[in-house]
Amino acid sequence: MSTEAVVAEPVQAGNGWEPNILAFCCNWCSYAGADLAGVSRFQYPSTVKILRVMCSSRVEPAFILKALKDGADGVLIAGCHIGDCHYIDGNKNAEVRINNTKKALAKIGLDKRLRLEWVSASEGLRFSEVIRDFTEEIKKLGQNPVKKPLINADERRLSTSVCPSAANVQGSEVK
Amino acid sequence: MSDNKSTDKKGTDVKKDDEEKRVGVFVCECGVNIGGVVNTKAVADYIGTLPGVKVTSVNKFTCSDSGQADIQQKIKEHNLNRVVVAACSPKTHEPTFRACIEQMGLNQYFLEFVNIRDHCSWIHMWEKEKATEKAKDLVRMGVERSKLLEPLQASEVPVTDKALVIGAGVAGMQSALDLADMGFQVYLVEKEPSIGGRMARFDKVFPTNDCSICILGPKMVEVARNKNIKLMSYSEVKAVDGYVGNFNVKIEHKPRYLDVTKCTGCAKCSEVCPVEVPYDFNEGFGTRKAVYVPFPQAVPLRAVLDKENCINCKACAKACQSGAINYDMQPSFTDLNVGVIIGAVGFKTYDPEPRHDFGYGLYDNIITAMEFERLLNAAGPTGGHVVRPSDCKEPIRVGFVNCVGSRDKNTNIYCSGVCCMYTIKNAQLLKEKRPETDHTIMYIDIRTPFRAYEESYNRSRNLGVKFLRGRPVEVKEDPVTRNIKVRVEDTLAGEMRNLEFDLMVLATGIVPNEGIGQIQQLLKLSKAADGLLMEAHPKLKPVDTTIDGVFLAGCASGPKDIPYAVSQGSACAGRATILLKNKKAITEGITAVVDPDVCVGCQVCISMCPFQAIKLDETPYLNTGIKKANVVKALCKGCGTCVAACPTGALEQSHFKNNQVLAQVKNVFKFQEVVA
Repeated sequence: MSTEAVVAEPVQAGNGWEPNILAFCCNWCSYAGADLAGVSRFQYPSTVKILRVMCSSRVEPAFILKALKDGADGVLIAGCHIGDCHYIDGNKNAEVRINNTKKALAKIGLDKRLRLEWVSASEGLRFSEVIRDFTEEIKKLGQNPVKKPLINADERRLSTSVCPSAANVQGSEVK
Repeated sequence: MSDNKSTDKKGTDVKKDDEEKRVGVFVCECGVNIGGVVNTKAVADYIGTLPGVKVTSVNKFTCSDSGQADIQQKIKEHNLNRVVVAACSPKTHEPTFRACIEQMGLNQYFLEFVNIRDHCSWIHMWEKEKATEKAKDLVRMGVERSKLLEPLQASEVPVTDKALVIGAGVAGMQSALDLADMGFQVYLVEKEPSIGGRMARFDKVFPTNDCSICILGPKMVEVARNKNIKLMSYSEVKAVDGYVGNFNVKIEHKPRYLDVTKCTGCAKCSEVCPVEVPYDFNEGFGTRKAVYVPFPQAVPLRAVLDKENCINCKACAKACQSGAINYDMQPSFTDLNVGVIIGAVGFKTYDPEPRHDFGYGLYDNIITAMEFERLLNAAGPTGGHVVRPSDCKEPIRVGFVNCVGSRDKNTNIYCSGVCCMYTIKNAQLLKEKRPETDHTIMYIDIRTPFRAYEESYNRSRNLGVKFLRGRPVEVKEDPVTRNIKVRVEDTLAGEMRNLEFDLMVLATGIVPNEGIGQIQQLLKLSKAADGLLMEAHPKLKPVDTTIDGVFLAGCASGPKDIPYAVSQGSACAGRATILLKNKKAITEGITAVVDPDVCVGCQVCISMCPFQAIKLDETPYLNTGIKKANVVKALCKGCGTCVAACPTGALEQSHFKNNQVLAQVKNVFKFQEVVA
């Protein structure tokens, strides 16, 4: 796909429903790759929200489960290519960890909603393609069946203003 | 200050830290980069309704002086203790805003940076509504995280004011000389028996065609003479431990099998040695003895005995008047403590032999440019006469093929940068020596970007060197004359040509040196897909690496010509001096932290840590009888691998604590209840 084609073509909205995707990006490769996608104006669906971690190996299975439980239709973990890890071999640890989580998720049929990808700082185009591809896959899978029932935006805003939001989440809760 | 506990609507206790969180959110329009897509006012209005947000502000350019002044003023006015900036990328602007809030007395880690440009407005240019909604979500994530941020202190470590330079080619020598001249002790390690690197093998160097060893030789002597440089030739780095300011390095001195303090470099030993092997310095042309002085200008000018080829006849020992030969020499080791390391590990030229590129290795009269270089050299195997290998006749028609091992999907995708110029130079040199010769350079593009390069290109055209745009598609040897017959498409004329050459020279590209992998592992550097080492930033930190205190000069981080390599050598010395002169280094505050009360001493983290930053305490913790994990802060790079691995939750990564990350996770999705 040429650069021009990507820039010139607005992203087509799907048939109403848009999935929610959370992407954990490592600071050194994938986050920078996402930055490059932005600088290069490689358009991709607004379904994804990026959460920066220092290394893909920081992502605990608990984060993934929490995301799936709380509203994610898909979770993406993106790190440096094997051999390029800023922390030597953190991505190898991430690979083992994510694959194990995938196995566990397979038992409840959610494994396809978790994906691990390697995106380098120079792969802006690849980052946008990964997001498009993952979005399409999640669209085929449909809504995540285990997430909490949705409430509408106004109620949500109301509830956040009443409750002190996430301040009560303690690390020990997820261990 | 609010009370320590409050209750949410379910009536459960919610722990709070002592201070009430007063968040200020600053949304940047970045001109039209963000403001043209995202409705920044709507974002600010929505964020203003979130609990804890005391003030929101929209600026045209938050990073400008007035934007920063606005942040500082609002911190003062509203007594803010957390600042969220929603703008561009933290990779470029986080330090700016950290400094901005630190000036106001806030801990710099109380800044949360949200990227709504690169990750939002720029990539959803035609979906303004959706982009605005996404920006709200992203900023909400940031606000909730910011409330949980904790103060951190960047720590200081002392720096040993000594430097190690690995590789004594022209770049490494420049680094060593500059540092030594500034008064720092430098250890210069070279794996070959002589310093000088690749440049010592070139005949003449472009664009001015001055004799390579004539300009390099004095520099080599200067290195050897400089009191602040401890030269370690024929030595290799075997182990590196430690961190910025405090690297412990083990150097192996390979045995030369002669006593360098006694050897005078007279080469009497070589004269009597009966063994002859191909001379590597001359790219395999001609021979050297098993005991030999690397080349006439070698520094140090000492012989070396090649034990692999030695037949133990002991003739050299008899011939040596100073009794320097010692057949039983063993490798010796030196341990160094240095503050900075400069890697100038150099390159090698692409080897066309395995793939038989353009018939190399199949036909005798096809040689590489390095081989041509040695043939041109007056001290080379033929005394400066360029002859063809099949019959040692001087060629008349010479063909040059550019981009061998460069700009080719099958070998290396990158441009080696120097091949156009050295091919132009080689053709010029032979044309000047023997005007009757006829030269054809077959190229893809001619690249002559730097000072006096284009002039050199013009000069060779005026001399009558022919340039043909196209790559040979068929290369054959005439079985009788051994001439090389080439079929090549002249892409400018749009026709096929059949050419015949007496000698064909391949302009082989620059590829990573052997041992670059070992250096990469020892120094914990990252390697790009092309096998070359990565700099910290391709534009703004070209000689820094992602490892503090480690710098790169020369071709280790990509193809370079000599002026570029020398500049990098000097640049490394300059960058290193900042640390060496200040005698201290600031390390990032983000590290792993152990809670000894929770740690059970299982040591899972120790096996996970790629930097050996976690050690088990030597004595049991309090009266538990259990030795607990302990993070050495100066070694910890803050990746968080150990944190994710810790089965008990005793480890936390500061600035990326579980609750901080989870606060973001829980606030990602709109329409989603955020109550825990």
